[in-house]
Amino acid sequence: MQDQVLDEAKRQLAVCNACRYCEGFCSAFKAMTRYRAFDTETVIHMSNLCHNCQACYHSCQYTVPHEFELNLPSALANVRVESWESHVPFPVLSKLFQSSPLVSLVSVVVVSILFWLVAGIPWLAADTFYDLISHSVLVLIFGPLFLAPLLILFIGLGRYWKTVNGERITRQQLAVAFRAAANLKNLDGGAGQGCNYEKDDRYSQSRRWAHQATMYGFLLCFASTSIATVMHYGFGLVAPYPLMSLPKLFGVTGGILLTLGTSKLIYLKTKANPLLEASSRRGSDYGFVTLLWFVSTSGLLLYWAGGTTLAGTLLILHLASIACLFVSIPFSKMVHGFFRITALIREAQLQRT
Amino acid sequence: MKPDLPEITPNKELIRIGEDVIDFDVVVVGGGNAALCAAIRAAETGASVALFERAPKDYRGGNSRHTRNFRCMHRDPKGVLTGAYDEDEFYDDLLKVTKGNTDEDLARLAIRESESCYDWMLGQGCFFQESLSGTLSLSRTNAFFLGGGKALVNAYYNRLEAQNVSIFYRATVLDVVIRDRRFDGVLVDLNGKQKYVRSRAIVLASGGFEADKDWLARAWGDAAKNFLIRGTPYNTGEVLKRVLETGADQIGDPTQCHAVAIDGRAPEYDGGIVTRVDCVPFSIVVNQAGHRFYDEGEDVWPKRYAIWGRLVAKQPGQVAYAIIDSKSKDLFMPTVFSATVTDSLDEMAVQLGLSRDQFLATVNEFNNGCGRGEFFPTELDGLETKGVQPAKTNWARPIDTPPFYGYELRPGVTFTYLGFRVGPDAKVSFGGLPSHNVWAAGEIMAGSILGEGYLAGFGMTIGTAFGRIAGKEAGAYARSSAG
Repeated sequence: MQDQVLDEAKRQLAVCNACRYCEGFCSAFKAMTRYRAFDTETVIHMSNLCHNCQACYHSCQYTVPHEFELNLPSALANVRVESWESHVPFPVLSKLFQSSPLVSLVSVVVVSILFWLVAGIPWLAADTFYDLISHSVLVLIFGPLFLAPLLILFIGLGRYWKTVNGERITRQQLAVAFRAAANLKNLDGGAGQGCNYEKDDRYSQSRRWAHQATMYGFLLCFASTSIATVMHYGFGLVAPYPLMSLPKLFGVTGGILLTLGTSKLIYLKTKANPLLEASSRRGSDYGFVTLLWFVSTSGLLLYWAGGTTLAGTLLILHLASIACLFVSIPFSKMVHGFFRITALIREAQLQRT
Repeated sequence: MKPDLPEITPNKELIRIGEDVIDFDVVVVGGGNAALCAAIRAAETGASVALFERAPKDYRGGNSRHTRNFRCMHRDPKGVLTGAYDEDEFYDDLLKVTKGNTDEDLARLAIRESESCYDWMLGQGCFFQESLSGTLSLSRTNAFFLGGGKALVNAYYNRLEAQNVSIFYRATVLDVVIRDRRFDGVLVDLNGKQKYVRSRAIVLASGGFEADKDWLARAWGDAAKNFLIRGTPYNTGEVLKRVLETGADQIGDPTQCHAVAIDGRAPEYDGGIVTRVDCVPFSIVVNQAGHRFYDEGEDVWPKRYAIWGRLVAKQPGQVAYAIIDSKSKDLFMPTVFSATVTDSLDEMAVQLGLSRDQFLATVNEFNNGCGRGEFFPTELDGLETKGVQPAKTNWARPIDTPPFYGYELRPGVTFTYLGFRVGPDAKVSFGGLPSHNVWAAGEIMAGSILGEGYLAGFGMTIGTAFGRIAGKEAGAYARSSAG
């Protein structure tokens, strides 16, 4: 990690710790009060605990033009993105995926073309997906595409756990951490007023809602796929499934939530202040959110266009975007969720002791 | 940072207002807590309101940006406030710090008003938080603003925008025209253009004069140039001076300021809360010549930090040095600037530029005078020195365990006492008679209540209580006189 980035975060945290007016906003500020000085491990832990609610920036009497030049959301974001890169293997891929919003989109196009080459160009309407691409081909492609990135991600998380001196995890700590993630406690502002994002120094719940729609939408889609896999292999129930089936109910609901959530996140981002994000990532998050939006929207369109001539093309695009999403899990903004839940678990341990 | 007025920035209000003479029902001068409360209340009466804030938007809010809580009377646990805090206890606490130098009627009025302030503030978009870590002693008496004073100020400005109040930043009031206790208008510099703004009523809430070092020098001489100003550089007292010249009755010691001992490396202006150094009770404090000059262990720090501003101001060069050893290094709030750390007292004298021989003699004498006994950092432990002048009456432990830690201390000016005499309706009096249409709120009239000393969070109580009264009265007057 760059010393410059760490040193700047440490400098700012020293000012914050002598003030502490923001203590009520979030877990990161509560964690701060345990320390008198900030070593590298602590700064890394706090950077992943920070949810970038930006409340501390707008409440701060020491922001530019004050000579202390505080911008803690950005200082911690800079540490945070570097902490992902420095813990997850193949940092060069992290740099690539987070360098520009275009990388995700270009990769979807490239993978689509590859799929076309493999599956042939689907001019004709298909009755089911498996008429276009057989189930075994799908598993053959997506099995490794899914498992390899997960392996890389968990190596990264393991290394991170070592950095922050993580201990044995208890069920109670998991409950605390997952509860905080489930209601996105750290974007509620401490008094339930929400966070600062798209409305400058006014609080709003929009980002929290949009994020949770995205997160739960994604989880529902993931559940849908998992259930379908079990139905396929466990019970010999082969897709397509009727609307009143678990995979469809989860998938369609999840898809709608994901599309709405990501649309809103993109809209909010256009209103937000880019100076409060990681300075090396300004704008690149658009790529990740757009990719998620594309996955869900193409999935919904595919459902709607089933049996028409569009289905083949949509299927290729949908599968290609999912492939890109999977592959980029350890390298894209997607890692933030995994590191953050890890940080919340570690924080539950530290609060206990 | 220093005032850099006027600066040109686009301001949509200025585009709207082309004329040289502008009319409003109520003009509010100032942009801190008291001014904002007054403007909100005045706008609620239906009056058209203009608020002139001298600072640019980034620095709006005066010294309120640096505050963190307000002292609040309550009969039962209320929101973040624990227990009960009744009028008499509140008033007694005030008497203790002002040594009776207070106006009982106005003080009790502010205290009673504070009871309803809590809910009112919530209604304006303010949020409270639990007492900050290390301030548990205030959890019953003081309600902390979530995010501190700037967050409170943001909420109020947002409220004013919703009320369609005209807010002018970088607006310097050059003159206030008052004849025979009747206000006519203000001359304002708006981005380099002078405008005469007429209104039916005015609320003066532009703070004290603590940022004007020449003014401070009248009482302190050249020493004042070494003072640090803890808050906004925009409180230079011009409006206060102008209005006193029109015959307003003044109150409060015209030369005095409230000063605390802060980190000597703090910025000249606007250092705020982070410049505090809380180690004094566990330290010995010496001047450049190496002499101790006051009992560092007289009382717990929050009760004593105010007198140290004055004590340090009287030392050569207006500077002093607090030195602790490693036994005490974690007993107080973290400081924003790191300490000078040395392995020997010799080296400490060199690094801090102290008179070496005298400093070593002082430490030696002090260490020899330290008695035995149990040390309790959080309460008066009676661990005192024997045969040392001046004595240290609590927490006296020898400074003998390296490494040693040194902090430079300088006087940090917080506010001034000079202001207008007001009545219970917040109306400024002129020659003993109430004005027709001039109100005041906040630091500019706090001398009416706080003759000396300071009670944590009481400045914000005065500002909120009298800001609300002044705004409501001024608004009602302006509406009725508009006929």
